[in-house]
Amino acid sequence: MKDILLLVEPLIPALRRYAWALVRNHATADDLVQDCLERAVSRWHQRREGDPRPWLFAILHNLAINQFRQSKTRGKHKTIEEIDESDFGEDAVQERKLMYQDVLNKLSKLPDDQRAVLLLVAVEDLSYADAAKVLDIPIGTVMSRLSRARERLQREIEGTAYEAPGNVVPLRGVK
Amino acid sequence: MSQRPITEDDLHAYVDDALEPERQAEVDAYLEAHPDVAKRVAGFSVQRELLRGALAPIAEEPLPPALNLSRIIESRRQRRLPAWWAIAAMLLLCIGGAGGWLLRAEMLAPSASAGLVALAQEAAYSYNVYAPDRVRPVEIRASDSAQLVQWASNRLHQPVKVPDLTTAGYRLMGGRLVATAHGAAAMFMYDDDHGDRLVVLTRPMATDQSQPMTPHSGGDVSGFAWADDGMGYSLVGQSSPDILRPIANEARKQARTI
Repeated sequence: MKDILLLVEPLIPALRRYAWALVRNHATADDLVQDCLERAVSRWHQRREGDPRPWLFAILHNLAINQFRQSKTRGKHKTIEEIDESDFGEDAVQERKLMYQDVLNKLSKLPDDQRAVLLLVAVEDLSYADAAKVLDIPIGTVMSRLSRARERLQREIEGTAYEAPGNVVPLRGVK
Repeated sequence: MSQRPITEDDLHAYVDDALEPERQAEVDAYLEAHPDVAKRVAGFSVQRELLRGALAPIAEEPLPPALNLSRIIESRRQRRLPAWWAIAAMLLLCIGGAGGWLLRAEMLAPSASAGLVALAQEAAYSYNVYAPDRVRPVEIRASDSAQLVQWASNRLHQPVKVPDLTTAGYRLMGGRLVATAHGAAAMFMYDDDHGDRLVVLTRPMATDQSQPMTPHSGGDVSGFAWADDGMGYSLVGQSSPDILRPIANEARKQARTI
């Protein structure tokens, strides 16, 4: 139980960030992370040797998915939080703050599965193989969801339909 | 140039800085020659930076007290204490001959299946003792499975076959002999990609020599027990019975083909 503190504690901020990005609400995100940590403690003996990050993100992700399902069937909607202005403060960064707000709003329009891949890979720095483990999908599916997520977010950002150029070989090499 | 063609995956790995240096150089060259693709890739990189920047403040916030890991570990330890007393009390009842606490009584006719009940209990005990063991959950590892089969078959005086559960996503970790009130039993342990473990316990049956698949549950574990031609089997794990049932069916099918 000593190693759990050593290995898991440094990952809690990232778990909170992922949870918040999925649900955009501090209270809900923290509840999810707390559930995740309780499960991690009680199932610590079941994890594999090595980096516990994919294992923890998988627990958190599955809890978040269940939460989505429940809130959808109950028809409840939590308020979506904006970024706290105090995190940015000065006027000089107001423009950046608006851009951040904007990209998060556009991110929330992506389908859940695409958003999850993009967050795990682009924000949480999980390898494609680890993201595949977290989501329990083949690595090829990670790549295609990542591609779709980026194309779609780009369309949202540019506000225009984007035509995929024809000269990129549409092969999927898996690393 | 005899380079591999640049794929869509390469472009994403380029954005995510996940390419080997040589490949990265190849993509660099490709992007230089294809400004339209370069523009698209640059857009992805901007997205990535925006997302990271937008979410960075969340990870920098101080943690709320509810997410204090030491506290979570401590409160779990306190919660578990009374549970152990309850388990100890139940064990005493069992030893006293009450039996069957592990099984839902309505699922089995007690007179007909005392043997299977006992087997299911033994499997659950084995799971509880060995599955949480991080150091030595098994005595003989899967890499020496021939030796394991030989040992178990000799001691059980029966040909023992280790079920192959890879189609269900569970790999054999290994096994050991365990002592039961009804003699030696062979225990095989499996785990999946998430580290979830399963135990299959098998031993010759004095009673209940052939019994259909029967669910059982108790504590954190549940499972299925059955007996064919004098050999009893019980498969237990922490997954739900819906998940365990097809795995038990697969194990049964394989055991029958000995």
